[in-house]
Amino acid sequence: MSGAPDDQVPIAGRDGPSAEGTPRGAADLRFYQTGTFAVGGRLLEQSERTVQSDAERGNAITKGHRACQGCGEALGARYALDAALHAAGGRVIAANATGCLEVFSTPYPESSWRLPWIHSLFANAPAVATGVAAALRAKGRTDVRVVGQGGDGGTVDIGFACLSGMFERGDDVLYICYDNQGYMNTGVQRSAATPPAARTATTEALGRHPGNDFGQGKNAPLIAMAHEIPYVATATVAELHDLEAKVTRAMDFHGPRYIHVLVPCPLGWGSRTAETVLIARLAKESGLFPVFEAVDGRITAVSRIRRQVPVEQYLRRQKRFAHLFDGDGRPDVLERLQAHAERNIARFGLLGEADRAGEIELLDALATGEAGP
Amino acid sequence: MSERPFAITLDVGSSLANRTGDWRTERPVYVRKLPPCNHGCPAGEDIQGWLYEAESGGAGYERAWRLLVQSNPFPAVMGRVCYHPCESACNRAQLDEAVGINAVERFLGDEAIAKGWRLPEPHAPTGRRVLVVGSGPSGLSAAYQLALRGHHVTVREQADRPGGMMRYGIPAYRLPREVLDAEIGRILAVGVQLECAVRVTDLREAMRAGAYDAVFLAVGAHVARHAEIPGGTAAHVIEAIAMLEGLERGERPQLGRRVVVYGGGNTALDAARSAARLASPAGVGGAGAQEAAGEQPFSPTEPTIIYRRTRERMPAQPEELEQAEEEGISFRWLSTIAAVDGEHVRIERMRLDEQGLPQPTGEYEELDADTIILALGQSADLRLLAAIPEVEVTDGVAQVDERMMTGAAGIFAGGDMVPAERNVAVAIGHGARAARCIDGFLSDVAVGPEPMGELAGFEQINPWYYSDAPRAVRAELAGIRRQSTFAEVVKGYNESDALYEARRCLSCGNCFSCDNCFGVCPDNAVLKPGDDGAPYAFDLDYCKGCGLCVTECPCGAIEMVPEEV
Repeated sequence: MSGAPDDQVPIAGRDGPSAEGTPRGAADLRFYQTGTFAVGGRLLEQSERTVQSDAERGNAITKGHRACQGCGEALGARYALDAALHAAGGRVIAANATGCLEVFSTPYPESSWRLPWIHSLFANAPAVATGVAAALRAKGRTDVRVVGQGGDGGTVDIGFACLSGMFERGDDVLYICYDNQGYMNTGVQRSAATPPAARTATTEALGRHPGNDFGQGKNAPLIAMAHEIPYVATATVAELHDLEAKVTRAMDFHGPRYIHVLVPCPLGWGSRTAETVLIARLAKESGLFPVFEAVDGRITAVSRIRRQVPVEQYLRRQKRFAHLFDGDGRPDVLERLQAHAERNIARFGLLGEADRAGEIELLDALATGEAGP
Repeated sequence: MSERPFAITLDVGSSLANRTGDWRTERPVYVRKLPPCNHGCPAGEDIQGWLYEAESGGAGYERAWRLLVQSNPFPAVMGRVCYHPCESACNRAQLDEAVGINAVERFLGDEAIAKGWRLPEPHAPTGRRVLVVGSGPSGLSAAYQLALRGHHVTVREQADRPGGMMRYGIPAYRLPREVLDAEIGRILAVGVQLECAVRVTDLREAMRAGAYDAVFLAVGAHVARHAEIPGGTAAHVIEAIAMLEGLERGERPQLGRRVVVYGGGNTALDAARSAARLASPAGVGGAGAQEAAGEQPFSPTEPTIIYRRTRERMPAQPEELEQAEEEGISFRWLSTIAAVDGEHVRIERMRLDEQGLPQPTGEYEELDADTIILALGQSADLRLLAAIPEVEVTDGVAQVDERMMTGAAGIFAGGDMVPAERNVAVAIGHGARAARCIDGFLSDVAVGPEPMGELAGFEQINPWYYSDAPRAVRAELAGIRRQSTFAEVVKGYNESDALYEARRCLSCGNCFSCDNCFGVCPDNAVLKPGDDGAPYAFDLDYCKGCGLCVTECPCGAIEMVPEEV
C-alpha cells in the first residue's frame, strides 16, 4: 500500500479540482464554479459529491443533541461516522470515550446516535472497541466494522495506554480522535493536546509565560505512526472532501487505524460560533495543524496549504490567545508560534514541493522523540 | 416495567425530543440579493439568473435564453456591441478576472438563431394601440415588450430598413447584418407591425389618425455636430455618421490618400476603422468594390485619429481602441485641428489643466491630410415635438420622468433622444421600462420602480470555495486580415468555452445549491429536498442559531436576523 511521497497523488491534488491548473479542454470540462471545495452541488457527478451532500446520509448523530452552538466536535463526529457508515454499508459499531461527545449526545434516557453505540469510561474506549472487535471475530461477523472515538483528553491523555495497546496488538479498530485541544466538558482544562500559549482554566494567562507552556504536550498522530500501524491521518472539519476520503480509505484497511480530526471549540477557544469551520481552515492554512496521511508509519501525502496566512490571523480570532494581543501584545510569543508553523511547513512540505530535508528531520525527530505538537 | 433491565427506569428515547431551537437568539434566513452584474446592467437583465441556467449546459441554454429575452430581445446583438458594465461590476474580478458575461450572452444569442428558438407568445389582445417612432434598439425593445403584453404595436421608421444605429451606426465588422436581421425578424414575428420609410412629422396627427392610446418616441440622435474649422471649405470634410450610414446603403465614400478622423468617441473609432478597410482594394467587398479600386488607386495608409485629450480620457471603449491600434490606426493625443487647406491639417497641441480640461498651448504642427472625417458627436432631431409644447426639451434632448414619460400625458420617450448615456444597452433598458410604464398608463395602474434587493458585494462572498479559473479568451480575426474586410473581428465562444465561462459565475447573493449549509450544520437543522436545485429550508425546531451556515455560504445567500422576543 505504501509508496514514496513523490509518487503519490497529494491530498491537495485529490480534493483540489482540475480547475486549479488548466481546466479548459473540450473533452474534459470539469470546472465548476466552486471546484469541489463545497459540500456538493447540482452540477457535480454523484461520485464528486460528499457523503454529507446526500439528503439520505446516515446522520449518525442526529438533531436535538446538547452540544454548544457551532460545536466542531458534533460536526466532525457526524462527518466521520457518516463516511464510515457509507463505506461499511451501514454496519458500524461505535465505542465512545467519556467526554463532551458522550455527554452532549446521551443524557439518559435520550440518545442522538443512530448507530450501535457503546459508552465507556474516560480511559478505556480503545480497549472496549478491541473487545467489540474480538466478539465480532468470535461470532464470525466480518461484515461489521468497529470505530472507537473520543476527544483529545480521552485519547491523548487518559486513554493513551489503551490506545497504544490497541495499536501494538493489531486490533481491527478505526480509532478517531476529535481534538479540541483541551478538557472542554469539565470546564476547559489543559490537555496534552493544548497548544503552547493557549489560556485554559489550568494554564492561566498570568506571569511571564502566560498560557500553556512551550515544549510540552505530545503529537498523537506521530506517535501512532511510530507504532507502524497500517494507516494514520490527520484532518479538520474545514476540508470535508479530505476528511471523508481519509475515513473511507481507513475503512479499506484492517488492523489498527488512527485518524486525528481538529475540531474547534467555540466555548473553550473563545471563538465565534459561526467561525468554527473558518478557524479550522486557518489552523491548516497557517501551518499550525499539518494535514497528512501515513501508511505503515510513512507519510504518503500531505494536504498543501492553499492560501497561506500568518499564525496571527488564526490566533486573533480566539480569546484563549487574547493575552498575546492585549496592550503592547507579545510579539515574542507570536514569533515563536510562527516559527512553530514554519517548522511544520518545512517538515511536512506543506507548501508544495516535496521537502526531503523536512522528511528526514521528521524521521530524526521521531527517532529521538523530539516531535512535539 | 418488568421487561426493563436492572436499574433501568426509563424507556429509550431519542434526542429528537429535545427541541434545541429554543436556544436561539438569531435565526438564519435564505435571501436573494442583487448581484452586481444585474445592478450594473442598463438593460435590466437578470444576468446571474441566466448564467445559473446556462451552467447546466444542454437544455439549460434554452432556459437561460428564455430568461434573458424577458428583458432583452437582442442577445446576439448585445453579445457583440454591449460595453458590458456588468463585467466591470463583476465580483469575480477581485478573485481573478471578471466572468465573460458578454461572450456567454453572444453564445446564447447565436445558439437561439441557429436553433430557431422563438420569443414567447403574446398575451391575449388588450385592444389598446401604441405607436412607436423609431426602430432602433429602444423602439424595438419597447415594441416587443408592449406586444408581449397584448397591445397592438406599430413601429414607424424613416429609414428603409429597421435597426436604427444598430444598422446605420455600427459597422458590420462589429455586428454582422444577418445577426441583426434575425433578431429583428423574431421581434416582428411576435406581432409587431413595422412601417419603414415613413417619417412622422406631426405626432398629434399621427396619433389621431391611427387611434393610438400612447406613443413611445425613440428617434435616436443622428444629426452630426459640427466644429468651425478655418479653411474647411477647401478640404474634403465628411461626417463620420453620414459615412457609416452611406456604407450601409452600399455607397462608397470618396476618401483621399491621407485620412484623419477628428473626435474621441466610439463613432470616431468606427469611422477610422471603416476608412482603413476602404483604403484597401478589397474594401467594401464584391466586384463593384474591385472596379472602384481600379479607378482609384489607393495607397493603404492608415487613418489617424486626432483627439483633444489623452488616451485615458477618451470616451471610446478601451477594447475598441486596442482593436483599432491592432488594425494600424494611429493617434494624436492632446491635439485639436486649427485649420485645414486641402493638403494639410494644422494641429494645435493642447495640455490638460488641473480640472483635466484641454487648454491651448499655442504650439502648432502640420500633418498631411486630404480628407477629414468629423466625429464630434450627434444630436437628436426633435422637430416632431415642435408642436407639442408640454414636452420640455433641454440641451437638445427631451426631458422625461422616472416612467420615461414626457410632460405630455401618454407620450413617452427613450434612447439617445433623452438625457442618458448613449448606447444600445441603455436604449434597450429604456424601451423595456417605458413599456412597463405605458402598460401601467393604459390600464391606469401606477407602476413603481422595480424592487431592488440589497447589493451583494464582494465582502459577502466566501472566496475559499471558488477555485482559481482564469477567463476564456475570445478569438479575434488577425489584424492584417481586418484591413481588407468587413468580416466580423471578434469571434464567439464555442460551447465548451461558454459553459466554462458560465460556471465561473460566483452566483453572488443567490443560492446555487452547493449543499454547504446542509453539510456544515452541526445540528442537522438544514433540510435538503431530494431534488437538485430545489430550495433548502431551516428546521427551526433544532437550529441553535450558531451562524455557521452564514459564514460558510460561498455566495452570501444566508443572513442572520434577530429572533423576536
